[in-house]
Amino acid sequence: MKKLLIGNEAVAWGLYNGGIGLVSSYPGTPSTEITEFLAKHDDIHSEWAPNEKVAMETAFGASLAGMRSVCAMKHVGLNVAADPLFTLSYTGVTGGMVVCVADDPAMHSSQNEQDSRHYAIAAKVPMLEPSDSAEAYTFAKSAFELSEKYDTPVLLRMCTRIAHSQCVVDIGEREEAPLKEYVKQPSKYIMMPGYAKQRHPVVEERTEKLRALAEESIYNRVEMADDREIGIITSGCSYLYVREVFGDSVSVLKIGMPNPLPEKLIRDFAAKVKKLYVIEELDPVIENHVKALGIEVTGKSLFSAIGEFSQKTIRESFLKEGYAVKDVPEAQGEAPAVPGRPPMMCSGCPHRGMYYTLVKNHITVLGDIGCYTLGAVAPLNALDSTLCMGASISGIHGFNAARGKETEKKTVAVIGDSTFMHSGMTGLVNIAYNATNSTVIILDNSITGMTGHQQNPTTGYNIKGDPAAKVNLEALCKALGINRVRVVDPYDLKACEEAVLEELAVEEPSVIISRRPCVLLKYVKPKTPLKVDQDKCRGCKKCMKMGCPSISFKEGKARIDNTLCVGCGVCEQLCAFGAIGGNEK
Amino acid sequence: MKTTSVMIVGVGGQGSLLASRLLGTLLTDEGYDVKVSEVHGMSQRGGSVVTYVRYGEKVYSPIVTEGECDYIISFEKLEAARYAGCLRKGGKIIVNTQEIDPMPVITGAAEYPTNVLEELKDKGFDIDDFDALTPAVEAGSAKAVNIVLMGHFARHTDIPKDKWVKALEKVVKPQFIDMNLKAFDLGFNG
Repeated sequence: MKKLLIGNEAVAWGLYNGGIGLVSSYPGTPSTEITEFLAKHDDIHSEWAPNEKVAMETAFGASLAGMRSVCAMKHVGLNVAADPLFTLSYTGVTGGMVVCVADDPAMHSSQNEQDSRHYAIAAKVPMLEPSDSAEAYTFAKSAFELSEKYDTPVLLRMCTRIAHSQCVVDIGEREEAPLKEYVKQPSKYIMMPGYAKQRHPVVEERTEKLRALAEESIYNRVEMADDREIGIITSGCSYLYVREVFGDSVSVLKIGMPNPLPEKLIRDFAAKVKKLYVIEELDPVIENHVKALGIEVTGKSLFSAIGEFSQKTIRESFLKEGYAVKDVPEAQGEAPAVPGRPPMMCSGCPHRGMYYTLVKNHITVLGDIGCYTLGAVAPLNALDSTLCMGASISGIHGFNAARGKETEKKTVAVIGDSTFMHSGMTGLVNIAYNATNSTVIILDNSITGMTGHQQNPTTGYNIKGDPAAKVNLEALCKALGINRVRVVDPYDLKACEEAVLEELAVEEPSVIISRRPCVLLKYVKPKTPLKVDQDKCRGCKKCMKMGCPSISFKEGKARIDNTLCVGCGVCEQLCAFGAIGGNEK
Repeated sequence: MKTTSVMIVGVGGQGSLLASRLLGTLLTDEGYDVKVSEVHGMSQRGGSVVTYVRYGEKVYSPIVTEGECDYIISFEKLEAARYAGCLRKGGKIIVNTQEIDPMPVITGAAEYPTNVLEELKDKGFDIDDFDALTPAVEAGSAKAVNIVLMGHFARHTDIPKDKWVKALEKVVKPQFIDMNLKAFDLGFNG
């Protein structure tokens, strides 16, 4: 069956046809669709875990039990799961285990652009890196066998461009992988010092065997051209850009297994060309390896360590080198300077009412990771910090411990429901246990929003959309040691302000659950759009302070776009002149 | 044959993913090598979004850069201008004349450049501008702007209309097919 697939769907098909039995993941752009596509198959176990560490340990348990297993995450998710990864390298696997990790060069939807290849090197596990959907399918399918043959988890590295680009993939049939027998093996699976000391040499020997594989596997290949003036070592989507610029007129060593890297293959290739380049996005991983072999090479001095490449960046770099590049495109003209269009919270977003309340009261806000990070942009400018999943709650504790009375009455942490389950709970325990008078607001929109609506333990549904155990956030926060827990509707500005001011004033930690489902959820029915009575509107722009995309200002008056407005009524509460209304029924 | 590059640009939420899926499916069925690059995640939230579709005998890069684009299909006026630099000499812009204020305009930090298409035309840009919102509403939903535009774009290709319709039937859910076929027709004839 030939189909046009995004890279993530191709990975899912490769894993499925490779005999996967279980997938456990936490959503994160650009990795999310791998698990969503796998969840369409009812003959495997699929789930959203509360975080990446839980997901990887679940996959480990399934592998220990003899099943082929997978966990998928974005690059920063691998930081969370790094703890099990490093020791999984020692234990190895029973059923094949694949860890999919998706990097985000250029930070389309991330807080940093770290390079996951360093994890493969540091944890001493093999990593595969496809260049397009077709290769993603092949590599993913082969990864279980690689894992079992070499007794190691295998990292499959994607990046945004490959994860979300489509090309035609030839999808074969599923090969069933029967559950392997479970045998108790203490010296392999109990990683206490005595046993771990025996496993470390096994890891080192394995790396040498994998390095031998790197010399002659399907993953790395040499494509020699007649022209030997230059040779390019490249990987991932950089390979596509190189081919776009040069066609098949240059010699290329394409690396599909960035760890461990081959030696002989590189030496032989380097010896055949006059000048050697390494073109890789982000860090100079291949370049440093080549240099360590004592081979002269040009890499990051010409091709940036920052952001994504394109055929344009590579073309321009070679032109700078004085290399004649054919077919330089000619533009019709320059684009005019136009206002930017940054992403923003949607019309009727339930986070907006709470953010407006916080901004109005000049409150310092330690933020977190999710749709609500968009509260940081104008005109709300509501946030003071965003670091990583869960850091709002742990952060406010440290902030208040440092500044005490001066800040605790005017500082809050905001965190989403899914992020709270991911890594907010432990921070909240710390607030209760180590006693700072901190106020935490859980922005509970009943879904994992930014990554495209995935279920989580607070929604009452599992990955299949079937009813599931639902965490009671109020009871949970109380059980974690917070006595003051209250719920408000963020569409009710008066209630929001009351709750925030009261909880900031009290002399003990508190949690406010700001609860209203995401307006984009199918079961949330929009109300009649509101209208601005042009006679009553005085043009004071108060309604525009909350940054609703439905409201614009034309000819001295506010206007509401009835194709965008969902009738949430927050602007109506802001208008001092009763000019906004129209959905009373 | 030379690779043809198309950019579908607009505002997050306008349905550019369905448009690119339609085009990708059609071109694959026509036997071309096809690459499509989509946008997921944060930038979809009301931000400026761009999807690339490239087709030919052998396509390598999934993206389109300055001066390489044969057709820019824009769902919104300002967005056509934003990406105009990607158009190759002699390329064409197909644009919905709808105006959607970006946040800097809403907050008053910037003004919406209403004459931007005229300025581009004066500079020699080949622009086919038309209102896709009215026919979309006529077809049944403002959300059908994407299919109206693709219908309009179809006229600029040499792929027969019935092939487009077949691809449309593949990518649209059965319960919405009538509305989308109407939207496609209105775009094609508009």
